[in-house]
Formats: sequence, C-alpha cells, structure tokens
Amino acid sequence: MTSKVYIAGLGVISAIGNNVPSCLDSLKKEQAGIGDIERLATRHRGEIPVAEVKLTNEQLAEKTGLPANITRTALLSAVAAKEAIDDAGMGVMDGFRVGFISANTVGGMDKTEQFFEDFLKDEQSGELSDVVNHACGNVTEVVAEHLGIRDYVTTISTACSSSANAIFYGARLIKNGFLDIVVAGGVDSMTRFTLNGFNTLMILDREFCKPFDENRKGLNLGEGAGYVVLVSEKVKQQLKKEPYAVLSGYNNSNDAYHQTASSPEGTGPFLAMKGALKMADLQPEDIGYINLHGTGTPNNDVSEGTAISRVFGEQVPPMSSTKSYTGHTLGASGGIEAVFAVLALQHGLIFPNLRFVTPMKELPFVPESHLKETPGLNHVLSNSFGFGGNCSSLIFSKVS
Amino acid sequence: MKLFIRSATCISPQHTFGEGPYLKDVVIYDQPRLPVIEPDYKPFIDPKQSRRMSRVIRMGIAAAKEALQQANITLPDAIVTGTAYGCVEDSGNFLTRLIEMEEEMLSPTAFIQSTHNTVAAQIALAIKCHAYNNTFVHKSFSFESALMDAAMLLAEGEAKEVLTGGVDEITDINYAIFNRFNIFKKGDFKNTDLYNSNTSGTIAGEGAAFFVLGKEPAANDLARLDAFRTIYKPIDIKQDILKFLDEAGCPLKEVDLVLTGRNGDPRTDAPYDLLSSGLFANLPVANYKHLCGEYPVASSFALWLAAQIVSQGQVFPALAIQANVSPKRILIANNYQDKYWSLMLLSQC
Repeated sequence: MTSKVYIAGLGVISAIGNNVPSCLDSLKKEQAGIGDIERLATRHRGEIPVAEVKLTNEQLAEKTGLPANITRTALLSAVAAKEAIDDAGMGVMDGFRVGFISANTVGGMDKTEQFFEDFLKDEQSGELSDVVNHACGNVTEVVAEHLGIRDYVTTISTACSSSANAIFYGARLIKNGFLDIVVAGGVDSMTRFTLNGFNTLMILDREFCKPFDENRKGLNLGEGAGYVVLVSEKVKQQLKKEPYAVLSGYNNSNDAYHQTASSPEGTGPFLAMKGALKMADLQPEDIGYINLHGTGTPNNDVSEGTAISRVFGEQVPPMSSTKSYTGHTLGASGGIEAVFAVLALQHGLIFPNLRFVTPMKELPFVPESHLKETPGLNHVLSNSFGFGGNCSSLIFSKVS
Repeated sequence: MKLFIRSATCISPQHTFGEGPYLKDVVIYDQPRLPVIEPDYKPFIDPKQSRRMSRVIRMGIAAAKEALQQANITLPDAIVTGTAYGCVEDSGNFLTRLIEMEEEMLSPTAFIQSTHNTVAAQIALAIKCHAYNNTFVHKSFSFESALMDAAMLLAEGEAKEVLTGGVDEITDINYAIFNRFNIFKKGDFKNTDLYNSNTSGTIAGEGAAFFVLGKEPAANDLARLDAFRTIYKPIDIKQDILKFLDEAGCPLKEVDLVLTGRNGDPRTDAPYDLLSSGLFANLPVANYKHLCGEYPVASSFALWLAAQIVSQGQVFPALAIQANVSPKRILIANNYQDKYWSLMLLSQC
C-alpha cells in the first residue's frame, strides 16, 4: 500500500486545442476557447457563450476511426484517451493488467436529445441507434472496446468532480494490486440538457467568465476530455521515458450542505484539500500552484476561496482557474485540469486566470493574471467540486 | 478481501422492507414490469422534501437510512452507490420539458435532481456525512464497482464501516424505449411464469438495496462476503466460476445453494442451463428474478437475499425450491445478456 503511482501519459481535447501540445500552446499564449455557439443546435445561440471543441463529429470520427453517428461524448473520450496511451509509449500495455476508468455526467445525451424530438411525438419513432449509448457506462464501454482495454472497466459520475474521482480510483486499483496500468479521466460533450439546466439555475455568464473576480457572473459551459495514464512502480521501470509526475495525494469529501450550492465556509473543499495534503505528507507551504475549481459562479468561488484561506492561511500559493480558457467541462474538468496541473509541473509554469480585474472583497488574495515561470514547482494541487457536495482534490508531485 | 455484512436492507417489488416476515409469498404481477412496493417514507424523509423527490431518490434514502439504523451506525466512514441509470425520471422530465417548451420557461428542480450522484449526495445531506462519497454508473457492473470501492476503502484502512448500495428505477419513458429493443416480454405476463415461458425477453424490475460493510467481524453480522468478481464477456464461464471458488478457498461441494440470475429470456438463459446440468448438477439451484425483475443492479437484490438466507438459516418459501439443508454458503451467479457476469460468495458468520 505504500507503493507510488506515476503519471506516464497525458491526453486532452478541449476548446483550446485538440491535443496536449496545442492546449499547452494556448495556455501559454493566453488564448481562451470561449465564443459564440457554433455547433450545438439551440435557441441560445448568440446569447450564451460556450467553449466548444473546434472539430465536428465527422472530423472526430475520422481522427478516431469510430462512426460519426455515435455520441460526441465517445468521440471526444476516444481522442484524448488514445493520445494519453500513445504518449505513455508504444507497447507499454503488453503483458500488464490494464484498466479504463472514465467519468462523465450525461453520457450520450447529445444523441438522446435528437431521439426525443421524434419520440415525444410518437413513442414508436426516433432512431434507436441514437439512444443505444445513452447511459454513462455505454460511453465508457464503447471507448474501452475501441482501445482494447478489458481487464477492468468502470464509470464514475459524481457531477463536476467525476473525473478527479476516476483518476484516484484508478490509482487505488494499482496500489491495491489489482491493476498495473490505468487510463483514467473523464469526458462530457456540449448538450442542450446541460446548457439549459445551468441556464435555469441562472449561473451562466452572458459574457466570458471571470473566475475569482469580484464582478463574476457565472460560468461558461465547455466540453472536452482529459485522461492520464497511471502506472505502477513495476511498469515505471519498463517505460522508455521518465514519468511526468507522482499522484501523491487525493481526497474525496462531502460538503453535505445543499444539493447544488456550496457551503459559505467551504467545508467540503476544506476537507478535500486538507485530506489530500495529509495523504501526500505535505505542508500547505509545499504547494506551488493551485489549479482552482474556479467555475466563476458567485457561490463556488467564495466557498473555494474561503476554504483556501482556511487551509493556507496568509501564505497562499499562486493559483488560477483554467476554466477561464476551457469553460466548465463538467465530467471532463477534473481530467482536463489534471493534465494541465501535470503540464504546469513539467514545464514550471503557472497558467494565468484570464480576464481577472477586481479582487473579491471576501478574499485577501488574488489569482495569477499572467503566465509565470516557476522552475522550482514541485507540488501542484487540483480542485474539483460538484453538485451533491462532492468535493475532490488531487496533488501531483515531481518524481523525486 | 472478506467483507462483513453488518446490515442489509432492500426495497423491491416484494415484501422485503420493514417488518417481516419477508418473502413468505410471491407478490404476483400480471404485467412484465415490476414496480417496487414503496414503504411509508415518513420515518426516513421529511414529507415536504419527499414529495419533490423521484422514486429512486426516496427508495435509496430509505433503504440507506434503515441499513445504518440496523447496523447501529450514525455516520458511516464512506458512502458508495451503484446506479446504471441514475435519476432517470428527473432527467426524462427535464428533457421532455426542454423539448416541449423549446428551451424556455424551464424550472431547475428536475435538472438539479438529475445527476447520477443525487442518491448518494442526498444520503450524505440527510445524515450530515462529510466522508468519502462516490457513485458508479457502469451498466450491470455499477453495484459491483461500488463493492470494489468499499472493499478497497476497508483494506486501505480509510474506513471501518462503509455504506454501499445499488439503486435503479424503471420509468414509463425507459420502459417504452427498452420495449422497442425487445428487452421485455410482450402483453400480459405473470412473474411466477418467468422460468417456464419460451418467449423472448424478460421482466422489468427496479429496487434499492443497501449494506453496511465492515472490515472486522462484529457480534451481529448478518453474513460474510468472502469474495466477488466481475467477468466481462467470459469465454468459459464454468472455468471462471471454478477459478473464483478456488481462489476463495471454497471447494464446489461446500456450496450449499446457488442463486442464479436467470431472467426468463431463452437467449441469455442458455449459459445457466449448461451450468445447471453440468457444474451445478449436484447442488440446489434457485432463481430470484421472478421476485425483483431484471435491472442493472439486480445483483444487489441477490446479495440482500443471500445475506438473509444465511443469517436465518433457511430458504424463503418464495424461492420455491426444495433445499434440505440450511444454507451456510451461497454462490451468486448473475449475468446480463451473457456479457456481464457477476460472482459473489457468501458465508454464514
């Protein structure tokens, strides 16, 4: 149980790039991926900005070899998971027990929405092929089959903390001796279901979101997928290159305050960060960068910020919300931000929190506004919180 | 990794919740869709809140709270649920309104309650539990994944007692869609005829089963879960079962009863036929899906059933088998579509 779990591969697709190098490039150039709705067929086009992946389903199908009429969720997942596996090194999976732990929140809802248009008029109409992969688990299974992963496959859905939980569940399967390699992370595609859902809650910003800014108005919805390849000590010995990082700490705690709102004192976020630090055997001052959950909603940012004050006191590390680039990608956010956290560690970079202007009156600190080079970065904390009070924190550390 | 079952509760289409005796007679349904018998929720949920909740949330909270009470535990060290479809009533409602209202004038309530982690979250909220909270949504392995998480938490020393459950509901919309895939039997059909019909399809079910699982034995444990395993698309299920029993240190002859997930669909019951006439030829074999119907976390009903059988030392009349012994060890073999196999081995404490 004391063995380490390493990050050996990264894969990501988001509104700021279709792979790791292009996302890193956008992060460095401070280029957000948010804009007018171009792909989703919704009446909110032109009214609510979102962060869509710039490829059509046909282009994603061509990239992956999956059919173009399958749910976009599976297409996005397949792109990022495959990149992560390829990045870890060819042939590394041979002879090992391999798992795929993927998270999402609405499965194949993009296709179900099309099906329902017809189904609601007549129960016997609607293309059945459009609902066959509706369930969250189906999306994972399609991608696992595509990747040829069979030893252990499962799906986690804990709202916006889903893929952080998938990553550390994968790490635990390795530590407990069940698997050697796990591809873990999550995905969600843009749907009318989630866009309208968040819209009814009145937490969608009509402009580009401003996380941790006094004048923040809400979040921008995004889509994408992010995966890491987790490997055991034994697999690490056989890798052709050094792993990027160690997953040194993780924790899942519940806010137990409200189904959708976060507690003002940030109980869940506080417990998650504290728990992850304890597990990594680190002090708060060891953390060199926090990749915030930072959705840009008034409620989240004050709750998360208050919890950070409680954990870090007056010595808060540099922090930013990369949701200011990618929007909030829901079930994918923990995976995408895990990849960004590892990139920060690998390149000694702190990514900026775009569009920050005015400090929040509740908080004595501000996020980073510009790209900052920090060669001595050793430990990065990544936060993911969700509906139902689900709060998870991950800590990635340099391989010592 | 042995798990001690401190308590087990189940809300199902049969009499399985609240005051016993359980499963004395089979509750008969004349349609191929078995709804749960909903208990009086007042002892578990504030009536004002209850009215706003869909069935899956209500039955999940009630089964979970009762499991905690029976185990005499106020706060578990973790809450882990498995649900393939999650809050499908709420998501169906929100989607229907979204399309009918053309994305205008929508109320957030159904959306708020539509996330798959709502049951686990509402349990945490109801008992103010800040501990680990996770939800697995992987088809017919949803409950087994939750069990795996619970087992690891106990092995890691992160938890002493974990609340684990499986919950899924069937809604009108789901039922209509599944019917178009020919998953269920057509027309009138009695659940008691499930194993002697030659028509294709099975019967729809639903339910909530919750367990308090512990790492160390305790005085009032119901049963011990010796081992469990999932097998995706098995090539030779007979060999897989033998290997499973071998690794659990349980020779086949020590199994007193086999519970199979036979669901009345000849297309996928064939592997059970082979096992019943082969590997299990000299063992009492009982089926349980005439009681709960087919649903993704039906294995959680089977685990509840097996725990009750070994703790009471007798087989329920509703299972309709002649078992001369009082079972001390039960093997559960559940399959869905011959693709998702789940094995569990349970012993009397």
